Amino acid sequence: MSASAMAAASAGPVEQDEVVLSARHISKSFGAVHALKSVNFDVHRGQVTTLFGENGAGKSTLMKILSGVYQPTTGELVLDGQQVTIDSTVAARDLGVSIIHQELSLAPNTNVRDNIFLGREIRGPFGVDDKEEERQTRALMRELEEDIDPLTKIEDLRLGQQQIVEIARALSINSRILIMDEPTSALSASEVEVLFKVIHDLKSKGVSIVYISHHLEEALEITDHAVVLRDGSVTAFAPRAEIDLEWIVRNMVGDNFDLGSPPDAQSSGEPVLSIENITVPDPNGSSFALVDNFSLDLHAGEIVCIYGLMGAGRTELLECIAGRLPASSGRVVFKGEDISSLKISDRILKGLVLTPEDRQRDGLVQSMSVGQNLSLASIRNFVRGLFVSKQAEQEIVDRTIREVTVKTDSSNAAIGSLSGGNQQKVVIGKMLATRPDAILLDEPSRGIDIGAKAEVFGLLAEGAQGGLAVLFSTSEVGECLSIAHRILVMHKGKLSATFGPDATKEQIMAASGEVEINSPVNNTDRQLEGQNA
Amino acid sequence: MSDAAEDKLVENGGSARSALGSRLSLAQVLLEGRAFFALIVIIAVFSFLSANYFSLSNFLIMTSQVAIFGLLAVGMLLVILSGGIDLSVGSTLALCGVFAGFLMQGIEIEALGVILYLPVWAVVVCTLGMGAFVGIVNGVLVAYFKVPAFVATLGSLYVARGAALLMTNGLTFNNLSGSVDLGNTGFEWLGFNRLWGIPISIFALTMVAVAAHLLLSRTAFGRWLYSTGGNASAAELSGVPVKYVIVMVYVLSGVCAAIAGIVLSSQLTSAGPTAGTTYELTAIAAVVVGGASLMGGRGNVRGTLLGAFVIVFLGAGLVIVGVSSYWQTVFTGAVIVLAVMLNSIQYKGAGKRG
Repeated sequence: MSASAMAAASAGPVEQDEVVLSARHISKSFGAVHALKSVNFDVHRGQVTTLFGENGAGKSTLMKILSGVYQPTTGELVLDGQQVTIDSTVAARDLGVSIIHQELSLAPNTNVRDNIFLGREIRGPFGVDDKEEERQTRALMRELEEDIDPLTKIEDLRLGQQQIVEIARALSINSRILIMDEPTSALSASEVEVLFKVIHDLKSKGVSIVYISHHLEEALEITDHAVVLRDGSVTAFAPRAEIDLEWIVRNMVGDNFDLGSPPDAQSSGEPVLSIENITVPDPNGSSFALVDNFSLDLHAGEIVCIYGLMGAGRTELLECIAGRLPASSGRVVFKGEDISSLKISDRILKGLVLTPEDRQRDGLVQSMSVGQNLSLASIRNFVRGLFVSKQAEQEIVDRTIREVTVKTDSSNAAIGSLSGGNQQKVVIGKMLATRPDAILLDEPSRGIDIGAKAEVFGLLAEGAQGGLAVLFSTSEVGECLSIAHRILVMHKGKLSATFGPDATKEQIMAASGEVEINSPVNNTDRQLEGQNA
Repeated sequence: MSDAAEDKLVENGGSARSALGSRLSLAQVLLEGRAFFALIVIIAVFSFLSANYFSLSNFLIMTSQVAIFGLLAVGMLLVILSGGIDLSVGSTLALCGVFAGFLMQGIEIEALGVILYLPVWAVVVCTLGMGAFVGIVNGVLVAYFKVPAFVATLGSLYVARGAALLMTNGLTFNNLSGSVDLGNTGFEWLGFNRLWGIPISIFALTMVAVAAHLLLSRTAFGRWLYSTGGNASAAELSGVPVKYVIVMVYVLSGVCAAIAGIVLSSQLTSAGPTAGTTYELTAIAAVVVGGASLMGGRGNVRGTLLGAFVIVFLGAGLVIVGVSSYWQTVFTGAVIVLAVMLNSIQYKGAGKRG
């Protein structure tokens, strides 16, 4: 089905414009972080409502509230005019609300049939009635026009097919409202077409769909209503007929919050860090690489930003440079020395450090205090003879807390008592305390509020002025434009474009594959990817 | 009786918390107070029930029992702090005891037709090396070959026990005293003798405990160990040599088991291949009663020692007042479960975001 036909269909007259589920003044806080601030959100019967927003805008949090994973701090949910409480995913299922997560929630070691009926097996006289389950699964697959055998193991299916299984499972419990969180991120172009056809069929059956996607154009094809979230608030909403791509981008990104401007570049001569033709293979053995023949140079005092969508290979690239992931080819040259074979700890000693994307999983030790976390990377420097000098350590800890402006009662406070932004500053401060020459930051602004973001980028700018080389990744366009001297756009493991600080948002997003304005070739790209996968 | 003791334990814990709260941080009192007050209650209750319990000689006897378990528990603590577990310590203890006994019998070198008798200090060093060797095998399996610690050390539990049985053909070495002619006397000094009236084994435990305490609280290695157990991937990205840390804790645990093996065979002046069976479980129990988390990253030497004291003093007390050994097992089990239950409650509170 062509895109234009689809757009026409969705823009066509849909008379029963009726709100089936509505969220009223929903707020959600995690400790000191306000993920949602009094959000209103309507789901229209038999239509697709798309939620747009950058990473960390609160999309997933809102969807988790609708599907019973989280409870709102304040606000209420209204289903068919009645106020409801959705306090678990089971309660959501009973009310007809299903969610298809970004990360699929199928058991890979069992077959399609068992997954579809997981937790609500059909009982026969002798245990589970496999025959009946199989018959119903076949019927569902026929309905979705997918040729998937009910007895195939999930791990033997392609990702797109697994997605179809998830949808089939949602349909089998008669969901009235289906939430799809980034359903196309892993699909090939032909699979996306199938999915869109399925969505159309679902609409005609009266199923309401909430759709989230980073591929803005794609989402525009099928949406009937658009809602834009930014920093936990709804910034705009409108029916499809009244909006276009530019409207979405403008509302998503908002006015440029001033995160500072690039410090005066003093970079010249030899680069501090050179990445030469790095390739990181897919650990699952697929033929296309996570990072594909990537090269870059980073000079002292320079701030370089890597922009890319989720899955573009940013994290893998940075982890490879830091020594966490092995490269299959290429080399990393740091201060004129090939460090490709060094371990993480040796690279840190040389002055090359990484702050990870997921600070809970990879950045912080929850069982240690703020001070102990801060001194963890530089603890070797405080050893006097056999023992750690408490005094030397405390000095550095106090200085770091001051320099990176961590708001904490004392250095003995539990790390979990800090807000997300302050935790992030601890992670960065910990690595800065080793006095590095180059710092790699993987999404340093993830999950922190706008004020903390400005402080974090202020820190980086300050460091760069002192000669520190900074390389950070982001999926928010505004961030690249504010402080980076150079912007590298990464798309599917490759360097797709390089910009100076004067680039426009649209240019950057186009190069990342997010908005496919100027790249008609992109469709073929995707087809190729589908064949590879 | 024990129910009453446990009730009191909780009450005392509550009031002491507020009394000491001003001096120590609340978290510390929570972490260590439990085992400490349990110990005081145990001593008070049994002293009340039996006149024999509260006497210096009984305390010295009980404490030399604590020495064996305490040595194992300190090594176990290091492993548990890293997020692992060492099930092999009981077997390593036996293997090292037997190995020491084997060396004391003299090594026959057939080619030269001589029997080599090592001096006692050399026997001790070789035995510690044997413990370290078992530890290296465990540590390399866990750190480099990614064998789950439970499985790797379960394997070593069997292998070490089997090796001990093979070495002696299932028999026991009885003659460990050496002889003056050969210049290898003094082996029983460790377990048998007293310095200023205090068993040497207690000094051994004290030295190991102080060393472990300094290691954990004052050295970079200690910080590395806590961070490895708390979040290994964060530790690695912070430049902590995680694999080295993991291998080292198993080595240290093996060495602690070897020291315990030497002390035990010296106390008994005999080395049997079935010594120390299920001691690894007692050591684990001491560590968790002492407030350490089996998930790794939380715990300390003081708590672990208190845990060892609680378990031994409770067991000995039950013997003295004549409770059947079947009931002793039940009480010990109940205390362990109660301790771990309190741990879970405590850590759940600590993990909460403010």
